[in-house]
Amino acid sequence: MTTAAVETRKFSFWYDEKQALHDIELTIPDKQITALIGPSGCGKSTFLRSINRMNETIPGTRREGEMKIHGDDIYDRGMDVEDLRTRVGMVFQRSNPFPKSIYQNVAYGPRINRSLSRGEMDALVEKSLKRAALWDEVKDRLGSNALGLSGGQQQRLCIARALANDPELLLLDEPASALDPIATQRIEELLFELKGQLTVVIVTHNLQQAARLSDMTAFFYLGKLVEMDSTNNIFTRPREERTDAYVTGRFG
Amino acid sequence: MTPADQASGFRHFHEQLAELSRKLLEMSGHAEQLVDQAITSLLDRDRALAESVIAGDKVLNTLEIEIEQLSISLLALQQPMARDLRSIVGTIKVSGDLERVGDHAVNIAESALRLADEAGPITPSPELEDMARRARAMLRDALKAFTRSDGALGREVCMADDAVDALHNSVFRILLTHMMEDARTITPSLELLLVSRNLERVADLATNIGEDAVYLAEGKQIKHHFED
Repeated sequence: MTTAAVETRKFSFWYDEKQALHDIELTIPDKQITALIGPSGCGKSTFLRSINRMNETIPGTRREGEMKIHGDDIYDRGMDVEDLRTRVGMVFQRSNPFPKSIYQNVAYGPRINRSLSRGEMDALVEKSLKRAALWDEVKDRLGSNALGLSGGQQQRLCIARALANDPELLLLDEPASALDPIATQRIEELLFELKGQLTVVIVTHNLQQAARLSDMTAFFYLGKLVEMDSTNNIFTRPREERTDAYVTGRFG
Repeated sequence: MTPADQASGFRHFHEQLAELSRKLLEMSGHAEQLVDQAITSLLDRDRALAESVIAGDKVLNTLEIEIEQLSISLLALQQPMARDLRSIVGTIKVSGDLERVGDHAVNIAESALRLADEAGPITPSPELEDMARRARAMLRDALKAFTRSDGALGREVCMADDAVDALHNSVFRILLTHMMEDARTITPSLELLLVSRNLERVADLATNIGEDAVYLAEGKQIKHHFED
């Protein structure tokens, strides 16, 4: 039996007066890949950003309901947001390495959160780059500026940077939409490798990517969760008409 | 790709799906007709009609290949999902079943040619006619269920198979009695037993198509009581 990495109860979210999420109730299984799909503006990215409380950096937002990560209520008063964000790493659509060396990019989080010796830090950087399947390509130029890497490499560096904090969850918002097919395939293979070690939640507009990669798929529409099921069921025999219409491209 | 390109690509996909459906209907109409003509050629001892059934099977073979090629290119180029995916995979299977129906019609027509020279009456023709009528109706309903995505009708087709099986058993018993009574009827009786067996197989194939219709309509696999 798999345990839940994320559990929500009646989770709603507003940007000022506009309600972006309505009473979302879902359970994201631990150490699997869950894909969030739906048309633009359906609330999937808002939901993703709610998992590490990134949304509250935007003024005028508010939420209701409950969200738990491995049983901890992340909107509880006692929850330290910085701590939460080391537990829940995030990677964005456009890779955003710091304009620093490759090494410093990966070491950035651990340097703030933990006190490690030089040797321990070297080992952690190497381990994180290896987990992100980037080590072999950059091991001889760890001091080079990260902005000199290709788009695909930069995105894997951002994943390595998130992994350096040893997160329980990795959130990805359209991580491969700006990449060519080969770089996309490397990211997908990497996420597949990471599954089993941590929980991956990915927002994607690429339905084939969701179908290839994820174990579970949740379909959002107009701020509501329409259906969540095994990826196989969602793409071969969804229960809801709206899901069928969306995945067959008959929407709107 | 601009939104306009996407929209026209989408329209193109749906035109091709409609084309696939048209070809399947053409194939099923032809398969039904072959079964009908094969039985008529047998009962009327019509050699010419039997020959035309044997020749007509080629049309089904050609359509099966065309359907398969179009289906494969749609799968590769459009990466269909959900209902579209079930429809295309189902169409490939149904066209294979219809091609087999054609083979059974040919078998019946070949029996008709061999029986055309027999002097005695062809018994038990009422049972065989009934079987042929039921098998054809099952085939027609199964195709209707599949093309209209009607799960309830698909299930009805599956239920109808029992009656055809029962008729096949009674044909067998009647022919056995004839053969025991009069050894001269052994050759034509064995031929008729083959005909009955071929009709029973046509009904089985119609049942397969009915099951595929249920899967297409409801996403439920009822084959081999899979989801009981």
